[in-house]
Amino acid sequence: MPANRFNAFTDYGIGIGLRVPHYRHILDKKPVVDWFEIISENFMVDGGRPLEVLDRILEQYRVVQHGVSMYFGSADPLDRTHLKKLKTLVRRTKTPWLSDHLCWGSVDGNYTHDLLPMPYTFAAARRTADKIRQVRDYLEVPICVENVSSYAEFHVSEMTEWEFLSEVVELADCGILLDVNNIYVSAKNHGFNPYDYINGVPHDRVGQIHVAGHTKFEKYILDTHDHPVLDPVWKLYAHAVRLSGVTATLLEWDDKIPSFQEVHDEALKANEFIDGARAAKKPAPAAASR
Amino acid sequence: MKLPARQRTTRDLKSLQRLMTATLMRPLTGTNRLQGRWTDGRTMKAVAESFIKPNDRLTSIERLQIYARCYWFRLIDSLYEDCPGLRAVLGDKKFLRLAEAYLARYPSRSFTLRNLCRRLEKFIREEPRLTAPHTALARDVVRFEWAQTVAFDGEELPPLTADDIADHPPTRLRLGLQPYLSLLALDHGADDFVIAVKKQSEVRTDASNTPTAAPHAAKLRHVPLPKPGRVYLAVHRHDTLLYYKRLEPAAYRILRSLQAGRTIVQAVAGVRGVEPDKLQAWFKNWVELGWLCRPG
Repeated sequence: MPANRFNAFTDYGIGIGLRVPHYRHILDKKPVVDWFEIISENFMVDGGRPLEVLDRILEQYRVVQHGVSMYFGSADPLDRTHLKKLKTLVRRTKTPWLSDHLCWGSVDGNYTHDLLPMPYTFAAARRTADKIRQVRDYLEVPICVENVSSYAEFHVSEMTEWEFLSEVVELADCGILLDVNNIYVSAKNHGFNPYDYINGVPHDRVGQIHVAGHTKFEKYILDTHDHPVLDPVWKLYAHAVRLSGVTATLLEWDDKIPSFQEVHDEALKANEFIDGARAAKKPAPAAASR
Repeated sequence: MKLPARQRTTRDLKSLQRLMTATLMRPLTGTNRLQGRWTDGRTMKAVAESFIKPNDRLTSIERLQIYARCYWFRLIDSLYEDCPGLRAVLGDKKFLRLAEAYLARYPSRSFTLRNLCRRLEKFIREEPRLTAPHTALARDVVRFEWAQTVAFDGEELPPLTADDIADHPPTRLRLGLQPYLSLLALDHGADDFVIAVKKQSEVRTDASNTPTAAPHAAKLRHVPLPKPGRVYLAVHRHDTLLYYKRLEPAAYRILRSLQAGRTIVQAVAGVRGVEPDKLQAWFKNWVELGWLCRPG
């Protein structure tokens, strides 16, 4: 499924996040990059340098929008002002699909600016799916929802996280942005098998994959995006592309950001696993000649 | 607040989200822990256990505390980045106390951290004891720092053209000012002070990563506090770069009048003793800077 209806039938390859410390390098050197992912909120402004930089990037590169504050899982209704600003940006970037997180982070209009975990209940799944549908219908682009890393679970949960993710995306008929680092972090924090998670989601709905680094503490792991990708996460990535097919892949690096080249080189390591997945799918020459 | 044992409705979901949000937004102790007691007298441990599962390594309250720390670290870090001048006025300890009190009263109401400081000047006015004896300076500095945020990414309308003013007699001609332009009348030279404090300007951005530690903003340069003295300022941008420009009092008053929707004749009539040549030069300069536009 390299191209499916959840990523607008594109085959984008390997991208990296567009981050401020790299602006100068990208604009001056114009390095070859398959695509950039932007954090939508950083460009949902009315003018000034952010939009000027974005327009120059759009002249040269393919850009996909990724949000951090839609809060599909919040009980609050959708914020119309937020949606209008987002639609303006969608028209500007012509993003082929748009992603945000399967989480909540605001209530009664007060924002935590965090990606808080959902209670995995059928009622929450219905509410969340309904909001995803509303957003997709308003923005008129395919939506992929991303699994978040989490550090707490609720007593009221009625299913596993991957069952909840599957329930939501089936009800909403939307795509999945599968973050394999988040799966690894949550698996360690909650004691489940990350392969059960990847095996358990609808693979034909995966429109994009995220990889990232994390930080280990004594009793838990934090999703810090400030390191290279660790080996167990690359292994999960390889497993995910075997099941879902090779799809748009993005490395997130948001703190202690090294040079552009270092970040891009780290992202391109995904090629090794993509090649492996492609080779595994290709029939052997002898078999092919029959 | 008692939560239902099973979640069947959006209202149940909201109850859970309200409880968790309230626990996260309660200021931490001096050692960055959740406070021991909840607002109704129960232990915080009991409150956490009522909705969060423990695991084999972490108790319910420890798991909740991870999120509470992330909340406070992220938001205070954002205030550090956006308000280096205020921090230099108050010092780290007082700045932190102010930041916690501000966020406790005025939690973020915006999807973006860009707007976090929007109500800070109002809060300083409401709680002068938190900035005493430098309240007036703190207000000036915060107004200047917020004006920089507005100038950085505020809306830009098409600048005024000759066609816009043709056929309009001055008695009826109204001009707008760019939304990104802030006009400030300050009691201190906050502009020079903040610029001296800032070693470098980093742009705060939203991301989806998790902060690992309490904010540890770099040490600020020591800059002597500015002495009181009236200053009129325009904070603006040109070619996407931030600028601030000191204005003569009469120029400030004319611009404020235009901003308030008065006609050119009314705006100019409000000031006395300005030579026509000077007035002409001001308007020429404002047009060159792109400050003037059609009224909104």
